[in-house]
Amino acid sequence: MNRALRPLAATALIFLLAYGAAALQYPGILSTRVLGDLLTDNAFLGITAVGMTFVILSGGIDLSVGAVIGFTGVLVAALVSWGGVHPLVAFAIALAVAAAFGAAMGCIIHYLEVPSFIVTLAGMFLARGAASILTQDSIPIDHPFYHQISTLFLKLPGGGRITAIGALMLVVFAVGTLLAHRTRFGSNVYAIGGNATSASLMGVPIARTTILIYTLSSFLAGLGGIVFSLYTSAGYPLAAVGVELDAICAVVIGGTLLAGGYGFVVGTFIGVMMQGLVQVYIIFDGTLSSWWTKIVIGFLLFVFILMQRLVFSSATRRRIE
Amino acid sequence: MTAVSRLMRGLRPVLSVQLGALVLVLLGNWVLFPGFFDISLRDGRLFGSLIDVVNRGAPVAILAVGMTLVIATRGVDLSVGAVMAVAGAIAATLVEAGYPAGVAVPLALVAGVACGAWNGFLIAALEMQPIVATLILMVAGRGVAQLITGGSIVTFDDPWLAWLGTGSVFGLPMAPIVLAVLAVLAIVVVRRTALGLFIEAVGVNPSAARLAGLRDKRIVILVYSFSGLCAAIAGVLAAADIRGADANNAGLWLELDAILAVVIGGTSLLGGRFSIVLSVLGAMIIQATNTGILVSGLTPEFNLIVKAAVILVILVLQSPRAASLLRRKTGRQP
Repeated sequence: MNRALRPLAATALIFLLAYGAAALQYPGILSTRVLGDLLTDNAFLGITAVGMTFVILSGGIDLSVGAVIGFTGVLVAALVSWGGVHPLVAFAIALAVAAAFGAAMGCIIHYLEVPSFIVTLAGMFLARGAASILTQDSIPIDHPFYHQISTLFLKLPGGGRITAIGALMLVVFAVGTLLAHRTRFGSNVYAIGGNATSASLMGVPIARTTILIYTLSSFLAGLGGIVFSLYTSAGYPLAAVGVELDAICAVVIGGTLLAGGYGFVVGTFIGVMMQGLVQVYIIFDGTLSSWWTKIVIGFLLFVFILMQRLVFSSATRRRIE
Repeated sequence: MTAVSRLMRGLRPVLSVQLGALVLVLLGNWVLFPGFFDISLRDGRLFGSLIDVVNRGAPVAILAVGMTLVIATRGVDLSVGAVMAVAGAIAATLVEAGYPAGVAVPLALVAGVACGAWNGFLIAALEMQPIVATLILMVAGRGVAQLITGGSIVTFDDPWLAWLGTGSVFGLPMAPIVLAVLAVLAIVVVRRTALGLFIEAVGVNPSAARLAGLRDKRIVILVYSFSGLCAAIAGVLAAADIRGADANNAGLWLELDAILAVVIGGTSLLGGRFSIVLSVLGAMIIQATNTGILVSGLTPEFNLIVKAAVILVILVLQSPRAASLLRRKTGRQP
């Protein structure tokens, strides 16, 4: 087996073991209903995490995604419910705004040479503030198109459903995988994350790639916001607070190196499912309180990062010295 | 020339920028609200908007003192908000269980140091990136705090612990006094010894610092432990202020304000030269802006927009690109 795939295999193995252990205790977890819900409930997180994977692969971080989800949700709700715009038009506007927002952040990160951490922190404040200025209350969306989408699903044997948003997440992961591993843009992202100076010397267009990476991340967070509005049939300015952390956790658990340059989009999918599994287990158990989710996810982060350190310790040390 | 006066001379140009910004924001508040500078003495305590700014800004400023040293080592501590919640939960739960505040508060502070040491251990010994290492505690810490309080808001009547939140010394509330003592102690320790220099050396180039004979790992663990201690102090003060520990909301997102305060204070996120005084000023600028937005009658939502604008302006001013442009214009050499 390819040596580079080992951490991914380890992550997948741990997920399967955890899933198996949970299923032994509660056989109901194996049902397609739970599987379908796992996809639907985590759709917005998964879509956002794909964008985060690209950002982290390039050695950056995007703290603004949760706020962008909240903002696009409110924007779509305001356009549809107050402006009487058709949802599809509202989606296009929201995605364009989100992408432009990401491009602006990418420009600042590249041209002003500021750490992405602080730029996207400002972006987070800006997007959350803009959403709160539009409205402070939840705007319900009651449009025939929304009802139509909520009735769209694939029936699985056993009564489970793959909803439209669950399917959309799978499509985004598939496209993200192709983008990362089969396109020039993807190779450029890996090159920048590995070593920006070498990448620049090799002729990788750093400016264009950096701006595109943050545009993609915000675009996908915007898509996540639309999915979240479909999921809740509302737009709320404080929606998805802290989702940036969940997305980062999913990427790290999925085996992507936070230093950049190494990782897989597929791993992020496993990371998202892992977090979903923890929540499902806690719901099935019924006696555990919800804060155990945080402790378990924190512990998982620790274990996975430790694993990465052991696998990569020699390689990373060489890079630091 | 003493070290302090040399330091003051070195800092003077920078100091004037942050101090000027603070004065500008305060004057803006005064224009919006003419009674802003009024301070009255009632029942042996000072009251007024200015006192309010100092009091409300103190927790973030306390976090910023620890965060300054962390950022100077080219790190970042995302866990301070969660550590605040943990320390508050421990202090409140212990006094509710009948322990005196003299036991509960030190134990809460020890827990904060332990949290910080854990972060430092992950970063120094396991060579994790600071963002990731402290992210673990940021996610898990709040869960641990809820575990301690049993998921509810633990309220307490202990007069000593409550005094930390609502008591006063020389007419001033406790939080600014704690901040002043902490900041002065920290400044004396880092500037009167070589420790400050060591921290800067580790931040500028860890490998070079190690080759020069510095025990960089010890310094990193020490710095994160200190940040944990600062977070615990802020957490105890926050719990004492509301006479209760709210594991969900205590210190929520304050790590971002603390980082912002340090960045406004001019300490680069890339490590190296740092200033505790300017970070404290940064925290006060943030709080004065918050208060200004409140007294101006704008909705608090504008707060976030203003914060974002402030960060952007500072980033532009601090960026190497802008500095080189400026230098070319004025014909100055670096």
